[in-house]
Amino acid sequence: MDKTINNKAWFLVLPVFLLVAFSAILPLMTVVNYSMQDTFGNNQFFWNGVGWFKELLDPSTDLGGRFLASLWRNLIFSAAILAIEVPLGIVVALAMPRQGWTVAFTLVVLALPLLIPWNVVGTIWQIFGRPDIGLFGYVLNHIGLDYNYVSNEADAWFTVILMDVWHWTSLVALLCYSGLKSIPDAYYQAAQIDGASRWAVFKAIQLPKMHRVLLIAVLLRFMDSFMIYTEPFVVTGGGPGNSTTFISIELVKIALGQFDLGKAAALSLVYNLIILIVCWVFYTIMTNAGAERRPVEGGA
Amino acid sequence: MNTIPGRRLIISLFLVFLLLPIYWLVNMSFKTNTEIVSTMTLWPHQPTIANYMRIFTDESWYSGYINSLKYVVINTVISIAVALPAAYAFARYRFLGDKHLFFWLLSNRMAPAAVYALPFFNLYSAIGLFDTPWAVALAHCIFNIPLAVWILEGFVSSVPREIDETAFLDGYSFPRFFIKILVPLIASGIGVAAFFCFMFSWVELLLARTLTATEAKPISAIMTRTVSAAGMDWGLLAAAGVLTIIPGALVIWFVRNYIARGFALGRV
Repeated sequence: MDKTINNKAWFLVLPVFLLVAFSAILPLMTVVNYSMQDTFGNNQFFWNGVGWFKELLDPSTDLGGRFLASLWRNLIFSAAILAIEVPLGIVVALAMPRQGWTVAFTLVVLALPLLIPWNVVGTIWQIFGRPDIGLFGYVLNHIGLDYNYVSNEADAWFTVILMDVWHWTSLVALLCYSGLKSIPDAYYQAAQIDGASRWAVFKAIQLPKMHRVLLIAVLLRFMDSFMIYTEPFVVTGGGPGNSTTFISIELVKIALGQFDLGKAAALSLVYNLIILIVCWVFYTIMTNAGAERRPVEGGA
Repeated sequence: MNTIPGRRLIISLFLVFLLLPIYWLVNMSFKTNTEIVSTMTLWPHQPTIANYMRIFTDESWYSGYINSLKYVVINTVISIAVALPAAYAFARYRFLGDKHLFFWLLSNRMAPAAVYALPFFNLYSAIGLFDTPWAVALAHCIFNIPLAVWILEGFVSSVPREIDETAFLDGYSFPRFFIKILVPLIASGIGVAAFFCFMFSWVELLLARTLTATEAKPISAIMTRTVSAAGMDWGLLAAAGVLTIIPGALVIWFVRNYIARGFALGRV
């Protein structure tokens, strides 16, 4: 379906443009402004040029070291949750009931964790994992495991990842489920006549149909895990030590904790740039995938 | 053929995994603090509703729920209202810089809230909106408007363009066509977009907390503050947590038939 060229369409987009520009461009300019200056309090600012950026990108300085460490932690975290949530989400979507009252029930329960405020998600797992009052921590300790997410780094990581799997696998599952639902029964019947194996059906019919929604899922999960703040902050506070201090937590520490506005602003800009690049890569892949598939499917 | 072996077991286990932590929170909210701390009980042996009574009778507690709902509703209304025409434009027309604009919008959905916390604080203090629901509602627009445009664009694209043309031939003006014909046609899409706006505004804490002080403090911020000040009142914390889950659960129940399509953002 060809779109008509009409530059008057800008009038329809204008309200969105103005509103988002107001909340995105204005604050970003403040950030750029801060990133070039240093402050000693009392609203006195001094020109610092690209000093903060140099420090940020040099791992031997305090700021650079902290940035690099939190960036690594965040990348490992994102990779870990993607590696768990995407396959698990697909399996759950494949296992979804197809008809009857259980469908509505399953959908509602799946969506439930997504609508819980993020700090409450943190609170739930903070309580659930405590060895003294939480079921999970209590059971683990009673079967002989020495589990304590407050003092042990590995346990803290385990808790934060398990919490994210609990929180967000549903999103991947629901996306895949909606992809699976769009497959006509005729496809399966044809496969049966051809004597295709279960695995062949998955590879040749189900996976291609889920391709597009899976891309959306991976994009959303990568981005949201890359800027995760509230949940790990509530559960571990970034600790023990700095072991679960992800970039956002580090940033808020510097900006609102130490009021080191210049450092925080420089960190913000680099952080934003990374996200912008990754986002662009995904966006290109997504639009290309859409363009390739459109003629075959003939529209929506 | 289209499912996998052992699917009942898999889905049951997963649902239990999802529900168990929530059950534990509900369980705790009906216990007294003595019972929570002293014994490990799988259900409340001396059930009490004192925790809930305290929230419903203390204004500093229940006002938090009202504040949260205020900015969530304002944000959802603004996002949908401005996203609708934009979604139509993106779905039907090609115009100068459309692809770049769409990408720029999308990139804002991905911008980390932590980056914007401090600049937003300055911005909304400067224009006198600090500590009002409007500040939080406008701040949440940065990720909700792009999302609403994205979802609605998918739904508008699935409406055949002949419908537009017929309406214009019948002498409909653009605004009349929009309200009388297009909006009813994509009603389910609007529902889905509203659901997502509600969801992301309701669950966000960092911006909501940074942009409010006393008057418009959201419930999620009240939870963190009051609890740490009063020592650890686990029962009260659990009850407050349970009450934040209820609006979300209600919304899900209403849109349950659209969830599948909605999560594909109208694009399958």
